[in-house]
Amino acid sequence: MEDASPRTDSSTDADTEDKMSNQLQGIGASDGSDKSRDQKTLRRLAQNREAARKSRLRKKAYVQQLESSRMKLTQLEQELQRARQQGIFISSSGDQSQSIGGNGALAFDVEYARWLEEHNKRINELRGAVNSHAGDGELRIIVDGVVSQHDDIFRIKGDAAKADVFHILSGMWKTPAERCFLWLGGFRSSELLKLLINQLEPLTEQQLLAINNLQQSSQQAEDALSQGMEALQQSLAETLAGSLGPTGSSGNVANYMGQMAMAMGKLGTLEGFIRQADNLRQQTLQQMHRILTTRQSARALLAISDYFSRLRALSSLWLARPRE
Amino acid sequence: MDKPPLNNIVSRIKHTSIKGELMEIVREVARKNAAVIFTKSWCCMCHSMKALLYELGASPAVYELDQHVNGTQMEWGLRALGCCPVVPVVFIGGTLVGSAEDIISLHVDGSLKHMLINAKAIWL
Repeated sequence: MEDASPRTDSSTDADTEDKMSNQLQGIGASDGSDKSRDQKTLRRLAQNREAARKSRLRKKAYVQQLESSRMKLTQLEQELQRARQQGIFISSSGDQSQSIGGNGALAFDVEYARWLEEHNKRINELRGAVNSHAGDGELRIIVDGVVSQHDDIFRIKGDAAKADVFHILSGMWKTPAERCFLWLGGFRSSELLKLLINQLEPLTEQQLLAINNLQQSSQQAEDALSQGMEALQQSLAETLAGSLGPTGSSGNVANYMGQMAMAMGKLGTLEGFIRQADNLRQQTLQQMHRILTTRQSARALLAISDYFSRLRALSSLWLARPRE
Repeated sequence: MDKPPLNNIVSRIKHTSIKGELMEIVREVARKNAAVIFTKSWCCMCHSMKALLYELGASPAVYELDQHVNGTQMEWGLRALGCCPVVPVVFIGGTLVGSAEDIISLHVDGSLKHMLINAKAIWL
């Protein structure tokens, strides 16, 4: 990055000053003042370096601020566009705490952001308790709090899926890197368990067996749901393709309407798939907590949260990356 | 207090006994097979639940309500039993297990496999 900012004028000014004072002193120069001139010169040069350094730091901070504002702006623009598409009016009075309110994608995004903030607070509380070797009783309370908070988001997602199933399916409410792993509007519990197995040691043999069984079960259920989704896609495609053909006759128009009605029915079943996918996630987490001790559950929750935090951090880095 | 009209009582009795008959049809089907799944041909969640049962090694009897000759009766029987949604619905060992939500929950905690084993719908 070239350092051609206007603020380096300070060094230029000092140089000019230097030259001027040299010239002034040069009129009645004597050897005795040469040393002090050198000292003054050295001091000025040092000050220049310092000024230049500070100037570079200020510039760096300014650029970082610009970058994050740019990211924020892009996000806001996206959300605004989405809101316009759905004709949602965002009221400035703030009580959206109980319901989805506007019943739309943007409303859910806001709700989710709020949930995430709350969640991070609780996770930090949990981390503090684990690090300070809190007793099982205290840990249990905090763990139960985090778990019930998870239940909250599943409920909120369920409501949002009823209102706009495609928004949930799209994963646009998650960050880019999270979307990489998107399955039926969320994460794959089987993958999560695979990640956790190493983090959870020491496990008893019984626990290890149970966790492996759980991982296998959730994978089987995921595969089953995926197969159903594929069948839905195929069925939808066949329905729509079935309405293709020579246009014009009234019989075909009726046909078309019929096919569209069928296709509409099929789209309607998508919400059921999201609901069962979330059900699977919830059940898997609950079963995991049944298998683990309180302390292990606490560490599992921390590991999961850290993993998703890293994904989100990766997304931020990705969004801020320099582009040619 | 006014007595309700006679034909009202009669229709209510008829209604109840028909309901009972329909439920019995469903129960009869459930008793005959170790595992039964009621589906509709276009229902993709049914497809998922069938896939899950097959994956576990079961070969459930499949009753497609929109294709079966007694489909309508069975559908009303299922509704009378409280099944909502009416498909997919699974019975194991003659007992009503439930809908997709129930199947998934029982599968995750390991109960589904045990039920299938006990009903001899699968063998290890």
